[in-house]
Amino acid sequence: MNADLIIVGGGPAGVSAAIEARARGLSVLLLDENAAPGGRIWQALEVRGAKDADDAAALDLLKAFRACGAAAHWGATVWTIEPDGVVYWSEAGASHSARGAKVLLATGTTERPVPIPGWTLPGVMTVGAAQIALKTGELVPAGQSWIAGQGPLVLLYAVQALRAGGRLAGILDLSDPAARWPALKHLPRALSAFRDLWKGVAWQREIARAGVPWIRASDLRAVGEGALREIAFRAGGETRCEPADLLLLHDGVIPSVQITRALFLEHEWSASQRSWRSVTDAWGVSSVPNILVAGDGAGIGGALAATCAGRIAALGAVCALGKIDVATRDTAAAPWRAAQARYNAVRPLLDTLYRPLPKQLDDATLVCRCEEVTAGQLRTAARIGALGMNQLKAFTRCGMGPCQGRMCGATAIEVMALARGVPVEQIEPLRTRFPTKPITLGEIAALTEDA
Amino acid sequence: MLTRPDDGKLTFTYDGRAVRARTGDSIAAALLAAGIQVTRATPVSGASRGPYCMMGACFECLAVVDGRPSVQTCMTEVRDGMRVERQDGARGLAVGA
Repeated sequence: MNADLIIVGGGPAGVSAAIEARARGLSVLLLDENAAPGGRIWQALEVRGAKDADDAAALDLLKAFRACGAAAHWGATVWTIEPDGVVYWSEAGASHSARGAKVLLATGTTERPVPIPGWTLPGVMTVGAAQIALKTGELVPAGQSWIAGQGPLVLLYAVQALRAGGRLAGILDLSDPAARWPALKHLPRALSAFRDLWKGVAWQREIARAGVPWIRASDLRAVGEGALREIAFRAGGETRCEPADLLLLHDGVIPSVQITRALFLEHEWSASQRSWRSVTDAWGVSSVPNILVAGDGAGIGGALAATCAGRIAALGAVCALGKIDVATRDTAAAPWRAAQARYNAVRPLLDTLYRPLPKQLDDATLVCRCEEVTAGQLRTAARIGALGMNQLKAFTRCGMGPCQGRMCGATAIEVMALARGVPVEQIEPLRTRFPTKPITLGEIAALTEDA
Repeated sequence: MLTRPDDGKLTFTYDGRAVRARTGDSIAAALLAAGIQVTRATPVSGASRGPYCMMGACFECLAVVDGRPSVQTCMTEVRDGMRVERQDGARGLAVGA
């Protein structure tokens, strides 16, 4: 089963790329771990149906994708990609492989970890996790449910949960009030995305009208034996304790670099988004010419910017494979580039307003959830000579567990940078390895050469 | 906690206890809806853990599903009659697992 274009990830970037590539004559194979297209933002949207104009537009896109003639595999977990374009994935207990003349990685983001004391207690989850539970299973928060952190998703989820009949004990705003002033200089540019800004204001009002306390807080801790029982935080100059049976954490999202790192693609440090992203040219082409990266996986821009990036990358691939000439490619890409610039206009404001929470962790706070490695252990390792993340892994096992650094990588490198007194971008980042998801020997043994 | 008014028509077991689920639920979502927040004990310290990211990234919600260890319950759809058990530490090397 070979294809002109193999797309990994069926979110906004992936489905947009598939539609464009199919319309211009490429054969497309799309692989996604989930049960349906839409990625995180439009997860289960085909089942839920459209609630507003944005949903309706997204649903139209998913319909166009379903009709575009791409071969789509759901429940397909990609575990290895070779630089020559051979992709291996696991599906229903067996492994498969296919070769793509071009491979587009549209693997999106993960939430930036929020390592606070007690964040591994059952009952502590991410805001994104609760949103997935809402979208896929109509689960809403009740009882003593708290949200803590910062960023647009905090507002969006709170509003969605309240509209669905959920109740929130309170929202702890952990953002730095001092970030408001530097953010102001980005406001004029962001005004071209006034719809997004207005939405944020309206959400905040809706949350206030629902009577949910909005508390500026710091020094948050989750407390309990075996499960979350209460939260403790500083607010208004005093320490407060509140009963809690659910704490939802959020500090923005970062590009998923699990596959791009394992492929040894070139990455760069984004100072404004404090995260690594793969280096791409104007057509999404990575440092390996037949591997493309599009969407939030190449730098956070949001769903609509990702749809544009997917189209642009597909047009680049179509041209590179000789189906259209350069002039046709450039003409077709122009409106997507214009739209992408419009969607990205709000980004510098958001990046400054919600710059990531500082990583001044207590020594006892767990950084690596899998191997249960604390910030103190990381600092000790740095002190006795660990220079980069891979040495840190060898010294402490941080990043060696099944999540392969997805939960600790972004934190550990910040802790390391502070401990060594050097900028993050000077520290050798964590190298991920294939298979990027654990699979059994049985699944590899059952590898089939698909016809 | 997370909750919903209608728990659905499917039934599976968690450590022998009957749990209701809706068609299309992930195991993790159905467990959370039933008020169950713990799916495993860690190999390192034996600490209790449960669903955290719900998107297949954190590997906290691992459990034994129909005898198969280390299943990501957030990425696995519930089936009627499924047998889910809490996972204690690392998986073993059972033949056929």
